[in-house]
Amino acid sequence: MEPVSTGAYVIVSAILFTIGVLGVLIRRNAILMFMSVELMLNAANLALVAFAREYAQVEGHVLTFFVMTIAAAEVAVGLALIVAIFQSRETINVDELSDLKQ
Amino acid sequence: MSVGTVIFLVVAAVAILAAIGMLLSENAIHSALFLILNLACVAFFYQMLNAPFMAMVQITVYAGAIMVLFLFVIMLLGAERLRTPHGRFAWQVPVAFVLAVVFVVTVVVAVLGGGLRDMPPPPAMTEVEAAAYGGPEQIGEALFTRYVLPFEMVAVLLLASMIGAVVLSREEGFSISRGERLQRARGRRDALSLHHRRQEDLETEDVAGDLTPTR
Amino acid sequence: MDVPTLESLNLIVTWPAVGLGLWACVLLLLDLFVPKEDKFATAFLAEVAVILCFALNFRLFRLKPERMEAFGGMYVADGFTTFVNMVVLVAVFIGILLSFEYLRRAGIQRGEYYPLLLISAGGAMLMAAGRDLVILFVGLELLSIPLYIMAGLRHRTSRASEESAIKYFLLGAFSSAFLVYGVALIYGATGSTNIGEIAGAVKAGVLASGAPLDSLLLALGAGMVLVGLGFKIAVAPFHMWTPDVYQGAPTSVTAYMSVVAKVGGFAGLVRLFATAFPAIGGVAYWQTGAAVLAGLTMIVGNVAALAQSDIKRMLAYSSIAHAGYLMMGVAASATPVVREDAVNAALFYLLAYAFTNLGAFAVAIAVERDDGAGTRIDDFAGLGKTRPFLALAMALFMFSLTGIPPTAGMVGKFLLFRAAVQADLVWLALVGLVTSLFSAFYYVRVIVKMYLEEGAAQAQPVRSYLGAAVALAALGTFIFGLLPFDPASLVQGVMLLVGG
Repeated sequence: MEPVSTGAYVIVSAILFTIGVLGVLIRRNAILMFMSVELMLNAANLALVAFAREYAQVEGHVLTFFVMTIAAAEVAVGLALIVAIFQSRETINVDELSDLKQ
Repeated sequence: MSVGTVIFLVVAAVAILAAIGMLLSENAIHSALFLILNLACVAFFYQMLNAPFMAMVQITVYAGAIMVLFLFVIMLLGAERLRTPHGRFAWQVPVAFVLAVVFVVTVVVAVLGGGLRDMPPPPAMTEVEAAAYGGPEQIGEALFTRYVLPFEMVAVLLLASMIGAVVLSREEGFSISRGERLQRARGRRDALSLHHRRQEDLETEDVAGDLTPTR
Repeated sequence: MDVPTLESLNLIVTWPAVGLGLWACVLLLLDLFVPKEDKFATAFLAEVAVILCFALNFRLFRLKPERMEAFGGMYVADGFTTFVNMVVLVAVFIGILLSFEYLRRAGIQRGEYYPLLLISAGGAMLMAAGRDLVILFVGLELLSIPLYIMAGLRHRTSRASEESAIKYFLLGAFSSAFLVYGVALIYGATGSTNIGEIAGAVKAGVLASGAPLDSLLLALGAGMVLVGLGFKIAVAPFHMWTPDVYQGAPTSVTAYMSVVAKVGGFAGLVRLFATAFPAIGGVAYWQTGAAVLAGLTMIVGNVAALAQSDIKRMLAYSSIAHAGYLMMGVAASATPVVREDAVNAALFYLLAYAFTNLGAFAVAIAVERDDGAGTRIDDFAGLGKTRPFLALAMALFMFSLTGIPPTAGMVGKFLLFRAAVQADLVWLALVGLVTSLFSAFYYVRVIVKMYLEEGAAQAQPVRSYLGAAVALAALGTFIFGLLPFDPASLVQGVMLLVGG
């Protein structure tokens, strides 16, 4: 089976990353914004693994491994925060969080 | 087109459509499921990229642990239905789209016009090397030799986030007496009734406040 | 398989950062034996660790170790690292002093606070020391995640605190995704995550494998890293979150994060840009971008600060403005001949900023009431009569933030402007000068409020710890503004270990 070129994977990852960025900018729901961030991290991981094969190195895999672990750590804190917010306001729409505007 | 290219194109299309589905879905559960589909497609890519270990980690950690947490929280909060965004940030949408298109075009130009295209193919691996490449042994070895410092840092980071989750979600039970606690519960009830909460909720809360031991 | 030995890891030079992280884990356990009503012992044990790490770090700073690299080149303990470590440790020391009293008054005396503080300080120190993009990224997360938690620590009683935490978290996660994608692209362009190897590939124009360097991919990656770190250090146009987060977070956390997050972010930025992307004849290509960001940030921060009536919000915009001044140093460091001067100037500015900003927030804590109210600038009216020492210290901090002698802020600004002029960025230095004059309006307004307006500023009875924090910050601000010798000599020998 002929391997697909690295460039193709990088283009796919760039598209996924962009969709993630759009998600954060367009959606106002904290959980959805957070899921979009996960998509961005995931896109970066795809690029890393593709480049790792390009250079026949394992470094890219290790980096991906760290990114995944840190994503898990972020999820733990982020979801705890979202639950705390929801308990006190019954909304997780970031537009409605505006106590701090003057 | 070879078989590999066809498979790649199909999986890539599914991955991108799943991501768009996540972006546009009106139901948070659907969004999460679309994201899981996307993660599975990326895991498939990892397999195609000779990274079997990363593919397994992707499935177990991302799809298995992280997304389950997401679904759990969405269902716990009952936050499935999403309100349509109102106009305050509407001006951002076209700006975001323009920037997004610019970014994708730049990457495509960088990939097609840059060094990646005429990069010499990686040195051919022997069969033994190819079999070991991207396997758990190789990654484990790298983690505990070259990458031992970041590995330990991540360990501390996980500890910190665990503390964080506990600190942020543990019901206040620290350094206040039972009397004070009840008083606060009563105060909260007053505050909540202003928000037109149902009476039953308040009663269950009071009972919980009475039964939970302080120390 | 090369199994690392204790010898090859060269642990001793990493102790200031690694030790702090380890002590945080131990402290978490020790905290179980500290009574819930009074967390003095936990704070005290944290301070002891900070002092020990500072002593060890000072020794490393003075006697340059022969082998600076540790963990197989992942960590490097050069003058840059040890100086940044000192700034961070000073900030943590003052930060704990002012936290202890604030937490008790706010009713959020939690033992977990201090370990989290130490962990985030360790993250900032590792960002400065990391010679690998992995360390930069993990260090950034180690710095940020405890800060997200600490920002939300008051969420049971304050809606502002939880709002601040969720905003900081979402923007922080968003920005670190940019950083990761940038790291991926840099790795793709150069085939390495080691800063030394990246610099080698950039200089030679070819990769280790003989392939040509993909400079567009590299520039794209560098830009995305700049965006990611720009969010963290609040450089315009990535600064939108700062005022809300700074205003809503518990004030002791704001004080700490306004300094340490900025120090860590700038240390990582300088380490990466000044060493990994060196100039190839002339100036490095990223100079224009950094200079434009610097100018924009100075203007936006100073103009917006003018309209604020809340002291925490005003200091938030002021911290954006100061990120602009620091960015000016980063931009100047793109010119090879002034690189050392520019980096030294930025480092000195970080030190001055740490003392001054922590001091200003400590005074704000003294004026703030237990329920979190009392943070308007109007609440400072009459402070000169009711609390002459606090008012005097606040006046000193405001002078330092403006850049009026005899304060550390003035010396720092002078060094930065000089570096910018040497790097042929005269226009940028002029923007800096004009915005500094402009900033005097809102800084001096606080002084006018304190001394010339009648009012009953209700400063809390200041306990010795908060008083010590104010005094220490004032002393630092004053002494580093009065140094009889050329101030640059303090940071001399602070040299980046250039990769290769």
